[in-house]
Amino acid sequence: MRPGAVAEEAWPERAAAAAPATPTVELVNAAASVVGRSIWSGVDLTVAPGEFVAVIGPNGAGKSTLVKVLLGLLPLSGGEARILGRAPGEANQEIGYLPQRRSFDPGLRVRGIDVVRLGLDGDRWGVPLPLVSRWSRRRKEEDERLAEVLGLVGATGYARRPVGHVSGGEQQRLLIAQALVRRPALMLLDEPLDSLDLPNQASVAALISGICRDRGVTVLLVAHDVNPILSYLDRVVYIAGGGAVAGTPHEVIRSDILSRLYGTPIEVLTTSDGRLVIVGQPEAPAHHSDRHTHA
Amino acid sequence: MIPAHVAAQGAGVPLSWDLAQDIRQLFEFHFMVNAFRAGTVVAIAAGLLGWFMVLRSQSFAGHTLAVAGFPGAAGATLIGVNPAWGFFGFCGAGAAAIAAVPRARSGTQGGGFSEESAAIGTVQALALACGFLFITLYRGFLNGVNALLFGTFLGITDGQVWVLVGVAALIVVALALGGRLLLFASVDPDVAAARGVPVTALGVAFLLLLGFAAAGASQITGSLLVFALLVVPAATAQRMCARPAWSIGLSVGIALVVTWLGLSAAYYSSYPIGFFVTTFAFAAFAATHLATAVARGRRSRQAP
Repeated sequence: MRPGAVAEEAWPERAAAAAPATPTVELVNAAASVVGRSIWSGVDLTVAPGEFVAVIGPNGAGKSTLVKVLLGLLPLSGGEARILGRAPGEANQEIGYLPQRRSFDPGLRVRGIDVVRLGLDGDRWGVPLPLVSRWSRRRKEEDERLAEVLGLVGATGYARRPVGHVSGGEQQRLLIAQALVRRPALMLLDEPLDSLDLPNQASVAALISGICRDRGVTVLLVAHDVNPILSYLDRVVYIAGGGAVAGTPHEVIRSDILSRLYGTPIEVLTTSDGRLVIVGQPEAPAHHSDRHTHA
Repeated sequence: MIPAHVAAQGAGVPLSWDLAQDIRQLFEFHFMVNAFRAGTVVAIAAGLLGWFMVLRSQSFAGHTLAVAGFPGAAGATLIGVNPAWGFFGFCGAGAAAIAAVPRARSGTQGGGFSEESAAIGTVQALALACGFLFITLYRGFLNGVNALLFGTFLGITDGQVWVLVGVAALIVVALALGGRLLLFASVDPDVAAARGVPVTALGVAFLLLLGFAAAGASQITGSLLVFALLVVPAATAQRMCARPAWSIGLSVGIALVVTWLGLSAAYYSSYPIGFFVTTFAFAAFAATHLATAVARGRRSRQAP
């Protein structure tokens, strides 16, 4: 299914905002530390507008730390960062953020569409007056915007159900809609494929890549495993061993590069269908949480 | 005509078959009018804040704040000041103590288990112990203990009503200004924080308001039965409807109805108000659960 039936062209404000000279993300010799412990250092990264970039690496390597740095929630301990040409934290209104999480509490009695709407107006003071807002033009525009993003992610059918009652994959689509609803220039998605089963991983990956391509939204996606998104990627940032390497997937995910990064012999194998298997990495076994597959 | 002091002694007022006559009789005495005024105001405040409390899974904190009203009122009586000061002072202090404990977040990594509930339980135990101490120090107070713990609708003064109106107005205005931010911070704290919503400050402010609402409700339902107004209407409303605006309205509506029914039932019988408010609220909750279970069963049978 291709859910992008609504308005195929890139969002006009994006086309104007994305002046080709300004990189969306720029890190120069960046270093981050959490409570005095160095997480990574010497990281250089340039992401051009409209690129689909994956941040890959083992557990605890500092992938989410990178996302927090880009949002300005964690200051760099060294080097420089520019997001959309501004300091981290100053461009957050143009960033759609999907934090790392498992799921919503099954008892949460709020509809999916309300969660998506909060992405649009949740940071606004005051509450809409029940009768006045029904006829206001802004409200009408917002309703159209909601309908558009829900259609885009294919969530129209279950958006009015309590968000705790829909499946993990459906929740993830709603959260992507929430991140998209302000028409961001950049989406920061922290492990959006985690906790999804394989078919859902493939379809959510295809959805994100479609949004990136059709709408001109830059996507920086944190992932555990590169394979579900490998065919869509423009660039990979591999974080491990206190450093990072950036480049195209085939430049980065190679035995020699990863061996140098980890400081231990690593072998990258390619299966017959083009999937990459990384052998020898010092990583704890991946945990699979499927709290929601029973729904 | 039954004089107020007879009703006050719990003899109850005979109920006739003439509903209009009964309702007229209900408002015959000033204490009863004040009870309805206070109950109405408290129900609105409790219905509103209780909704957010249930949404944020902070019921245990709410209960502790309500219990903190008990030593507050007992202590105020002991030193001879208006119990309302004790209710609001101790509930406010309890809110500040709980706010100092880091909040556990479900569903996000990094939040995990925290000492939140253990710390709240500690505050609650201390509050009850202090209350018992104050009662022991103040001899001859024992008749009042039941009222503090389980509520009374007698002898609510005009002054008390105005204090409750003030607190409820504060809560309504605060939620009208920041309700949507609080909803965002409750449902989706990480995204809200990235958007610049002051998640922590909102949490502290919410606890303080919750303390005030619990203090207000304590004066009607007693410290131990505050939940009848704070949790049950909100939980019932959320079960009935997942649309925030409607659900909040329902929560307030249920709180109002059970308070009014409870006051009327207590007036026409010799049994305490706390029991009636709690029982009516529980009936609404149970009926809603039953109805949704039946509806779900029917839907799953229709599904192929």
